Amino acid sequence: MFVPHTPAERRAMLDAIGVPDIAELFADIPASLRLERPLALPRPLSEAELLGELQSLAAQNADLDHHPCFRGAGVYDHLIPAAVPQLASRGEFLTAYTPYQAEASQGELQALFEFQSMMAELTGLEVANSSMYDGATALAEALFLATAATGRPEVLLPRTLHPEYREVVATYLAPRGLSWQEVPFNSRTGGMDLEQLSALLGERTAALVVQNPNFLGCVETEAARMIDLAHQAGALVVMVVDPISLALLAPPGELGADLAVGNGQPLGNPPAFGGPHFGFLAARADLVRRLPGRLVGETVDRHGRRGFVLVLQTREQHIRRERATSNICTNQALQALTAAVYLALLGPAGLAKVASACLHKAHYAASRLASLPGFRLAFPEGVFFQEFVLEVPFDPFSLDDELAAAGIIGPLPLYRRLAGEEWKHRMLVCVTEARTRQEIDRLVALMGRGGSCHGS
Amino acid sequence: MAADPASSPPLLCERGAPGRRAYRLPPLDVPQRPVDQLIPAQARRRMPLRLPELSELEVVRHYTTLAHRNWAVDVGFYPLGSCTMKYNPRVNELVASWPGFSRLHPYQREESVQGALEIMDRLERYLCEIAGMEAATLTPAAGAHGEFLGLLLIRAYHRERGEEACRREVIVPDSAHGTNPASAAMAGYRVVVVPSNPRGGVDLAALKRMVGPATAALMLTNPNTLGLFEEEILDIAETVHQAGGLLYYDGANMNAILGIARPGDMGFDVVHLNLHKTFATPHGGGGPGAGAIAVKQALIPYLPAPRLARDPATGRLRFVDPGPRSVGRVKEFHGHFGVLLRAYAYIRMLGAEGLREVAETAVLNANYCQALLKKAGEYEFPYPRFCKHEFVFSARRQKQASGLHAIDLAKRLLDYGFHPPTVAFPLIVEEALMCEPAETETKETLDAFVRSLLDVAREAREEPETVREAPHTLPVSRLDEVRANRHLVLRWQNPGKREDRRLGEAP
Repeated sequence: MFVPHTPAERRAMLDAIGVPDIAELFADIPASLRLERPLALPRPLSEAELLGELQSLAAQNADLDHHPCFRGAGVYDHLIPAAVPQLASRGEFLTAYTPYQAEASQGELQALFEFQSMMAELTGLEVANSSMYDGATALAEALFLATAATGRPEVLLPRTLHPEYREVVATYLAPRGLSWQEVPFNSRTGGMDLEQLSALLGERTAALVVQNPNFLGCVETEAARMIDLAHQAGALVVMVVDPISLALLAPPGELGADLAVGNGQPLGNPPAFGGPHFGFLAARADLVRRLPGRLVGETVDRHGRRGFVLVLQTREQHIRRERATSNICTNQALQALTAAVYLALLGPAGLAKVASACLHKAHYAASRLASLPGFRLAFPEGVFFQEFVLEVPFDPFSLDDELAAAGIIGPLPLYRRLAGEEWKHRMLVCVTEARTRQEIDRLVALMGRGGSCHGS
Repeated sequence: MAADPASSPPLLCERGAPGRRAYRLPPLDVPQRPVDQLIPAQARRRMPLRLPELSELEVVRHYTTLAHRNWAVDVGFYPLGSCTMKYNPRVNELVASWPGFSRLHPYQREESVQGALEIMDRLERYLCEIAGMEAATLTPAAGAHGEFLGLLLIRAYHRERGEEACRREVIVPDSAHGTNPASAAMAGYRVVVVPSNPRGGVDLAALKRMVGPATAALMLTNPNTLGLFEEEILDIAETVHQAGGLLYYDGANMNAILGIARPGDMGFDVVHLNLHKTFATPHGGGGPGAGAIAVKQALIPYLPAPRLARDPATGRLRFVDPGPRSVGRVKEFHGHFGVLLRAYAYIRMLGAEGLREVAETAVLNANYCQALLKKAGEYEFPYPRFCKHEFVFSARRQKQASGLHAIDLAKRLLDYGFHPPTVAFPLIVEEALMCEPAETETKETLDAFVRSLLDVAREAREEPETVREAPHTLPVSRLDEVRANRHLVLRWQNPGKREDRRLGEAP
């Protein structure tokens, strides 16, 4: 399949090489290593058979087009303009490699330069790179940067950090002998506990991580103070942010953070069962030489025409090898380009409207759900954007069963995702602009009946 | 000299007009409360959000213009060595766009994503069979990510044997990809470089002197970055294993040996496979990739979260806790499902016979180009051997004669309508050009490419300035990289300073 040669061409090519058969070209592989049997794989499928098989597998999945989704926790169901995938999936972008020959790749380079510009603008920071694998690894790499820049060995993570981000950071820090501590949260606001933060900050602290909104959906309204405290202790601050929220919430640069990272999926990328998405990483200008990942810069050609090239490649693995700032090579260029197309279509007003719709729909859902008998918001003094923690009078897992039976991807039960018995009756509810009032009302009605769809 | 914006397609911020709109949201169908009641002022954005404001057609034209200025496999031949720029089947793109795959939330109940999990489970098994290994994880985002994870597994293995503290070194050949030493450093290891022998393989005698109680692992690409099979691989493996170290296989060049030989049989303990190279998922202009890892029995306990397992009672697949010996988690969610799906579809379409034909044809194409070029005698070939899927030649002769570098020849090749091979790598070959044609190219394309390489060599002799100043026919001529690095411009400028930039602001 996909191999073009006719038998005659193959013969002519072998003759040109001067060998009787293809086996001769593999003669340098020791005989004991040559596989003398076919690989044990199922028989090849024609395109039509493949489509049939994959249709039946796809049919075993409950997709978000047919199942309204109230689950977020790092991946969000936002509306995606039809032009986004249409443009981003053009073969010229899809089937290109990393733009190493800049003159032949001006399209990709300009698109990434525009992406960097818009991510810097969104985060309120001076520079953004052209993408990382995901938000969690972007955070881990930002923390490497902070430990190298400060010469300090420890980082502070909020207990309200996305649990998978914490796990990834822990895995990354361990082999370098770096450590982390957790900062507890205030049980009424769901935000980081400032007093405990003050006590934990010290001369060993390389960085403080602030996730905003945090995993529980709570907005860190005291983020500027946390950042001040961390800076007074000589630490850098890395904020983990949701890019859509930045149209409404104070961006990391405005709050004084040194670095910002996050999962860029909400910007025009489908949930795709968790990937590929992309991580973004933005920073203060003076940290640029320490950044991991590819950076695109503007320059001129011999005739003074504007053009774009990869810059500061001496930071990268293919030049600096074991002294590189990171081992990253392949990144998420296509997802970054997708985000740029999305931002170009939405514009500042469109993005602000998306953020505003998320805010109002989530608050509408919260007020209706919290007024159900036995239900309440877990953080009554908390401020939230599009997600909130709801305490329910039933077992969240059976409630989830019932909602699934009614065709709804319900709020996320938090028990076992977060440590502690207090999460046993708590669910994380997410409402984006993609949910309609009708869908929200149906969720409220079902949850009010303990999820039972009987009689509905 | 400042860049003249009129000399290139406008940036997004130079198009459009304040107030222009492209996308309309549905009307808000819930009651609104004043925003100050919901989010206090100090938590709200005060900085203006300056983004472009365009019509939908303007955005479409912008990206269509950029697409026309971009080389890709869909556009033409792309023989970048070690990158395996093969055709990316269209049917895979169609399938990946279906809502049943693209519109799944990673935290959906496992009962509701059995089709997706089935694909992941089968792909794990296929990759194990192809690589000759016992278990796989699909989590890593890319080859380098797989390397980092593989080294963490190796570290955990040595830790359980009480040897983590003494086994501090990772050995890499001097021909290795840059990611190998960078990954080793990230995993906390000291990098030791083993030289290559005159046949382009690992210098076994040097390796024997190097290994010892400090050896954690040897990282090897086979065939290596010179496109040559490591003929002494069995001795290499024995040497490392006898010293107590493990063998890591960088799968970047796996396309050469699909169905012909398997890293597991060679003695490798950990393998990463670049699904975006070998298994035809598109490179996307730099990503996404997927760098699945496969391991031998002894390393299974250390595999990262999440692990996929079948519930014996229900027959259903689910994610399970990998247990206390796991290295932990290296990525959010479950890997690049969209990429995994495309790789699965590719393997299903090819089957055992098709995969073997891929390797045979990739090797045929590379040797064909190499034979024609060698016969013409313009370029130097440092290793007198048949190659595998790629070959390396040198522009040393052109450098001596005309002061030209490999990069100059590469730029001139662009004028002939070809993407050049990888240049200046591997580092051990002076003025290297590393060429990987891939199995999906026709003989006519290969013939035309070889002719162009020979034309460029002739020009290098007869009119070196034409080569030195290339490219001449692309939208831009040679770009000033020194300037780009000295005067960093990493984003468009503040629109207040440039009248021609038209950014709108959020109300």
